[in-house]
Amino acid sequence: MSDLVAGWRDRVRAATASATPLRIVGGGSMDFYGQRLAGEILEVSGHAGIVDYDPTELVITARCGTRLAEVEQAMAQSNQMLAFEPPHFGPKATLGGSIAAGLSGPRRPYAGAVRDLVLGVRLLDGRGDELAFGGRVMKNVAGFDVSRLIAGSLGTLGIILDVSLKCLPMPRAETTLTFELPADEGLRRLNAWNATPLPLSASCWHQGRLHVRLSGAESAVAAAARRLGGEVLEQAKAYWVAVRDQTHDFFAPFRAQNGAEAAVPPAALWRLSVRVTAPHTAFGGATMIEWGGALRWVVAQEEDDAQQARAWAAAQGGHATLFRAADKSVGVFQPLPPALLALHQRLKAALDPAGIFNPGRMYAEL
Amino acid sequence: MLDPALLSALADLLPPSAIIATAEGTRPYECDGLPLFREQPLAVLLPEDEAQVVGILRLCHAARLPVVARGAGTGLSGGATPYRKGIVLSLAKFKRILSIDPLSCTAVVQPGVRNLAISEAAAVHRLYYAPDPSSQIACTIGGNVAENSGGVHCLKYGLTVHNVRRVRAVLIDGDVVEFGGEGLDAAGYDLLALINGSEGLLAVITEVTVKLTPNPQQATCVLASFSDAEKAGDAVAAIIGAGIIPAGLEMMDQLTIAAVEPFVHAGYPLDAAAILLCESDGTPDEVTDEVALMRSLLETSGATTIQVSQSEVQRLKFWSGRKAAFPAAGRISPDYYCIDGTIPRRSLAPVLKRIEALSREFGLRCMNVFHAGDGNLHPLILFDANVPDEIARTEAFGARILELCIEVGGTITGEHGVGLEKIDQMCTQFAAAELERFHAIKRAFDAEGLLNPGKAVPLLHRCAEMGRMHVHGGELPYPDLPRF
Repeated sequence: MSDLVAGWRDRVRAATASATPLRIVGGGSMDFYGQRLAGEILEVSGHAGIVDYDPTELVITARCGTRLAEVEQAMAQSNQMLAFEPPHFGPKATLGGSIAAGLSGPRRPYAGAVRDLVLGVRLLDGRGDELAFGGRVMKNVAGFDVSRLIAGSLGTLGIILDVSLKCLPMPRAETTLTFELPADEGLRRLNAWNATPLPLSASCWHQGRLHVRLSGAESAVAAAARRLGGEVLEQAKAYWVAVRDQTHDFFAPFRAQNGAEAAVPPAALWRLSVRVTAPHTAFGGATMIEWGGALRWVVAQEEDDAQQARAWAAAQGGHATLFRAADKSVGVFQPLPPALLALHQRLKAALDPAGIFNPGRMYAEL
Repeated sequence: MLDPALLSALADLLPPSAIIATAEGTRPYECDGLPLFREQPLAVLLPEDEAQVVGILRLCHAARLPVVARGAGTGLSGGATPYRKGIVLSLAKFKRILSIDPLSCTAVVQPGVRNLAISEAAAVHRLYYAPDPSSQIACTIGGNVAENSGGVHCLKYGLTVHNVRRVRAVLIDGDVVEFGGEGLDAAGYDLLALINGSEGLLAVITEVTVKLTPNPQQATCVLASFSDAEKAGDAVAAIIGAGIIPAGLEMMDQLTIAAVEPFVHAGYPLDAAAILLCESDGTPDEVTDEVALMRSLLETSGATTIQVSQSEVQRLKFWSGRKAAFPAAGRISPDYYCIDGTIPRRSLAPVLKRIEALSREFGLRCMNVFHAGDGNLHPLILFDANVPDEIARTEAFGARILELCIEVGGTITGEHGVGLEKIDQMCTQFAAAELERFHAIKRAFDAEGLLNPGKAVPLLHRCAEMGRMHVHGGELPYPDLPRF
């Protein structure tokens, strides 16, 4: 255990003894996300660096504070990537924050989510014990899969010390096609393409334009591009980065919360995760569709009915998240049924008995 | 004997045919695919709907009666071995495919549906369910979720956890919960990930939504032989290092080749020390390009012969030897024991050498079948249960292989689960604090420890006793073996 981690261990044990909440902070780029920030700041970005990376094993292990950009750069040198295409909500975004937030980018439906690529974690839990779950191999079913549980737990179960992830080769070829289409037709096509063996790797509809990215062997990409038609998009890489990092114009009303100038109209950004066959949303304002139809971003005025977003998402087999908003009083995450919430509380207590880690970041009751 | 009051309450809930409480009736349930462990339960219950499962669990919870859920019983780690003072809850009657949606590429199925039956039903839409454990003809999706089953194609298409969207389950107190959903994620903790591979310890699964994958247009298999296993291991690293994720990448050693070739005539060269089967799938052009690249990498790595399947018939013939490896083991030996460890691929050559040395040490032959792409070893130890002490030597040999896997940075189980079989090796793989957290997670779902007790996670005092065993010798099975 390094001196730094030993210091955190002592602090965690003291915090548990005195029931003092701790707020785990990496790069701070995700501070806008979640229900509320509470507790004494525990800065973890100092625990950084790639621990092990062997491209032929398809595994990388890095410490929580490692910048996401650094991880991706190291992997790019061996023509590999983090296939879940994590969003960078700022240059300081860290790997640990990425795992804790559990958010995946445009490639998610086609290559997997954060949790799909997590192979193992080392964790400092509420008792200050250093725990290793999973491992550095592709297949491992020994013990409960705590490492995947940690992905997306918003730091409420412990401090991620390091993480091992499955790496995937970068595609040999990539091209993005554009189609001028209304939303309904875009969704119809995405659904049809989804059920055929096409090398899709991203999809996004916004303001009458559907962009579809194809990745893979040159021959496969070329054959699919001929089959689908459409116009080839120039500067496609920048386009997908903008969608991924929410620097695309669609997200402009929310830039204030990223530290730029103030947004004029107070607005809310809803993230609706639903079945791919859900119809186009009929509420709120501007909409962006991603993930072959499984992800809908909807801009709403804050007084707009949160109930509508929740009810619609639930009816479409999914859930709604108030992703960005100044006022979060309606609740950020879809409320859980009582039996599930009770299970969450008991699970949290299993790893964080005094409830010190990021209390209330996910749900007020956690 | 089941308590008469409980039996009468169960009789109110279930038809007489769904309650088996006689010794001869429960006999077929005494073991799963690992017959080394056998136990007679007090009763076997066969509910046919979720309300009955809820009712049974409520009664068992109130009576503090242990429950072992069971699918087809094909598991290889004793995960479905009955508990002597408990009941077996068979999900065999939950065998309906509830819906298939070709647009969202999903199927909603009951847990007793067989793995292969999903692909058969989806075939009309040119879709299939990707994870393909070798027992896929018989094993059920509920069991696949419980074990997080893998298969030959999981390097490219993922394990069960990557191909399941939603699980509906009943908790021990009778509460019905859903993990995951119809979208690609769900609110709250990722309990869907936690339920996969939980070996029946957390909840009883009553419905599963699986992801379906479009059939590839073409698949081609390359068969390469090598004069030594190390070169074959290098070839695997070369293929992965070149940015190829094959649809399947399997390795077999000489003893395996010698066992399967006379049996299925797959065309394997009998003089090879190891062979690789390397599959490419996708569009015809893509497959052609990838196969050319694989071929040149295999040549550079020192393959002595390379054959590329020229037809679907030939491709299946190449695979027939791999798929027949287990029955072939049964053909050359009265009994065999399949081990399931995962190692970092770079350790392959030294691990195979150590297994060879252990084989000599224990005086037992060992065939090596290997999901080479993802480092998952399946050594098959050949033994004869009728020879005194061969079972004991086999188990000891297997335990040593698993400990070797841990030593090189791997794990004691890649896809078969811990069950009863590897419970002692869990003490080696995990520290006490980690095992304690597993128990805490178990308690969060099942405070009284009624679901599949004694499996998957060892009690700490058991680990301590095992540790002491080495010091004191004594009653436990292999007192002469160093375990820690």
